[in-house]
Amino acid sequence: MAMAIRQPGWYRGAIGFVLGAAFGFGLVIALRAISGLDLFQTEQTGYPHVIVPLITAPFGFLFGFGAFDYWFRWAAGKPTIPDDHSGHGAFRWQDYFKFNTDHKVIGIQYVVTTMFFFLIGGLLALLIRAELAQPGEQIVAANTYNGLFSTHAVVMIFLFIIPIFAGLANYVLPLMIGAPDMAFPRLNALSFWLLPIAGIIFLASFLAPGGSFDAGWTGYAPLSTGAPLGQSFFNIGVQFAGASSIATALNFLVTIITMRAPGMNPWRMPLLVWANLSTSLLVVGATPFVAGAQFMVFFDRALGMNFFQFLEGGDVISYQHIFWFYSHPAVYIMMLPGFGIISEIISTHARKPVFGYRLMALALIGIVVLSYSVWAHHMFVAGMFSWLRVPMMITTMLIAVPTGIKIFSWLGTLFYGKIHLYSTAMLFSLAFLVTFVVGGISGVMLGMVPLDIHVSDTYFIVAHLHFVLFGGSVFTIFAGIYHWFPKMTGRMYDERLGRIHFWGTLVGTWFTFLPMHWIGMDGMPRRVADYASVYGDWNLLISVSAFILGAVQLVFLYNMIVSWRFGPKAGDNPWRAHSIEWQVSSPPPVFNFDEIPRVVGGPYEYGTPGARHAIMGGEIVPEEVPEPEPTTVTSPS
Amino acid sequence: MTRLPILKLTLASLAFGAVQSVVLLQFDWFGGAAASAAGPIDLLLDVTIVVSSFIFAICCVALGYALIKWRVKPGDESDGLPIHGNTRLEVIWTVIPVIIVVALAGYSWAVLDDIESKDADRITVNVYSQQFAWTFGYPESGNKWSEGELHVPVDRQIDFKLHAQDVIHSFWVPEWRIKKDNVPGITTDALVTPDKVGTYQLICTELCGAGHATMRAKVVVEPQADYDKWVAGLEQEVPGGLLLTADQALEIEQQLQEKEGGIEGSGVDET
Repeated sequence: MAMAIRQPGWYRGAIGFVLGAAFGFGLVIALRAISGLDLFQTEQTGYPHVIVPLITAPFGFLFGFGAFDYWFRWAAGKPTIPDDHSGHGAFRWQDYFKFNTDHKVIGIQYVVTTMFFFLIGGLLALLIRAELAQPGEQIVAANTYNGLFSTHAVVMIFLFIIPIFAGLANYVLPLMIGAPDMAFPRLNALSFWLLPIAGIIFLASFLAPGGSFDAGWTGYAPLSTGAPLGQSFFNIGVQFAGASSIATALNFLVTIITMRAPGMNPWRMPLLVWANLSTSLLVVGATPFVAGAQFMVFFDRALGMNFFQFLEGGDVISYQHIFWFYSHPAVYIMMLPGFGIISEIISTHARKPVFGYRLMALALIGIVVLSYSVWAHHMFVAGMFSWLRVPMMITTMLIAVPTGIKIFSWLGTLFYGKIHLYSTAMLFSLAFLVTFVVGGISGVMLGMVPLDIHVSDTYFIVAHLHFVLFGGSVFTIFAGIYHWFPKMTGRMYDERLGRIHFWGTLVGTWFTFLPMHWIGMDGMPRRVADYASVYGDWNLLISVSAFILGAVQLVFLYNMIVSWRFGPKAGDNPWRAHSIEWQVSSPPPVFNFDEIPRVVGGPYEYGTPGARHAIMGGEIVPEEVPEPEPTTVTSPS
Repeated sequence: MTRLPILKLTLASLAFGAVQSVVLLQFDWFGGAAASAAGPIDLLLDVTIVVSSFIFAICCVALGYALIKWRVKPGDESDGLPIHGNTRLEVIWTVIPVIIVVALAGYSWAVLDDIESKDADRITVNVYSQQFAWTFGYPESGNKWSEGELHVPVDRQIDFKLHAQDVIHSFWVPEWRIKKDNVPGITTDALVTPDKVGTYQLICTELCGAGHATMRAKVVVEPQADYDKWVAGLEQEVPGGLLLTADQALEIEQQLQEKEGGIEGSGVDET
């Protein structure tokens, strides 16, 4: 027992948590006592004895859990624990509950954790739809309702879509570029463990007096600066999720830039690698802004500062500028990794090189650059200076160009291919193409100022963002999970259940989110618990569809859990793909490669006889590896 | 490599897009119209729907054709043709979308200028918002005040000055097509020329707290004579403090602090 307490792990983590909480609580009480203040301040924007422990307790847990052991020993000049990668690999299910530095273990930790939060967010969505099934108050009061949709959005964005892409890439990307691990394995593990902390803080806000944060995920000031205690939980939770995101992005950048296998020049990188490079550039540049915006709200609330207090010279609209300077790029943070996944899957299952590979990569970079210059399209009716609207309308609409290039190139990849439809991953990829086009078109409409003025803050927005995030991001997430499931687990999932899940999700998505366009354009505002009774029938249809969509996800869960345990052995390369992760065993060996592979060609050389992407270590190199001529036909006919 | 039936695919896309456009244009998507801005905005929407229909049609036809034509027969393990790209095609699908979006953006800009052009004989109406109620001031009619009910004359441009007392609210009458946030600390404005007599609803569209969904007001558009009579019948003037200047706000805040004794109300001397 004494041994267990000294070793990094859950016991020491629990002790650290308690000590951290006690330290924060004691610090507040002591300082207030010294200052002659009431020991407990319980204005709704205050509660220092709650919010300070909310910051210190997670750090206590992380210290105890072992997240900083190596760094502290090294900094203190003590002998470090020999870095023999003893934390690598997972051999029992318990190993997934440890501070593990293996990118493959961390990848699975990410995916499973974020899937858990996907279920929580989904349940919150179903509560929302239950309330909206009929006009009038059904099951929750208006302020509880506001808390439900705010938490739904925050959980889905910060704890599902953004991190699950980081998780999938964590598993796949080092293998893809022929690296033994990520560049900073300990930072990688820390990034993961910050995530459940953020999630627990967000969900714990339901226990705060006044309920969970209810100013929307956008948390506009001054509604947020005066909101009950739950808002502070949001402000703090975002810091943990954001730090996790930034650290992972730095890790990806360094890994991609410095750890590619010999021969993998930028034009030989799979598009998933390009996509994560682009995403990481966005995260590193933009995420500090959401952290800053939430700190400013937090300081206004807790310390009585005046960033957004209009009565004391604060500027209300500046919150929105700072917030959207992150949150518009965040839309692409939630989409670009999915673009990468789709490129891999369509190319593999159409047995053809990605059409226009270089333009596909450049389109990603184009989106990165443009996405920093469009944030004010969220503010066309916000009362900001009006001259900014037309320039931002033009940049916003121009993003349709690189996005269009990607859609057309995926379609071009299918032409003259050999299209296999047996895999659920491919079905989701093709459904993504159609569904995402709808979301893209409504996005262009929203970019047009006169149309945006009418539909801004209506259900049209809800429809658009769910077509983009569910029909877009979530479809690519499912595609990615199905595609790499055999690699991650070594077992095959059930394609029949996969198809049930696919068709249910596709139909459920369209029936849930398509009618929202109509009622929004006709006059139903968003973020309301009650609405005009003329929209009752449509809302009932939407609610029923949403429940079907929710129920179908249970098929997915069942399929994943049972196949992971009992599925048939998958083999190393069930999709006959060329990229490096498929050339190692399933699941890959603990250290990925005995010898670093050598990259000799592009990643998608399907159809060129004898073409190779990489030569694996230990392989007897053939006398002559034909370097494929980049065939470019001059006309499609 | 078999030739693509370009003509057939084009015709199929055109037919699909045309049918979709015709069907979609049957609906009044934005609901009833009762202001001069509605005409140009609804026309812009119709143009956008037609353009979008053809783009969506091209994607669907291309996907459908590829799936029918190149879906493998069971047991076929061969690869597709090693086509890496086609520069001419890639240039086409970069340049044409640029032209389409720039044209749509230019058209939108023209519509925006049109709906925001100011008439010389416009009248000003103040819109005050607070959790969770709308009140209205008529500065050109003796600064009279109405609660929960807005009256405006028909066929006359109204320059709404929007104010907020506490948090952000948003001013929207769907039939007018115009929306603008009421932002605390500053005055924003919205130009509307109602062109149809009738009763409408003003809806708050910016989340403002627990009562957001029910924060609505009645809007009456009536002939000028009726409007004049109605305003003349109002008794109350706009109460002081509704339209705060920065100085007034500071004063109120100071009074508040003196009364409560500091920010936290704990009696600490702030000096």
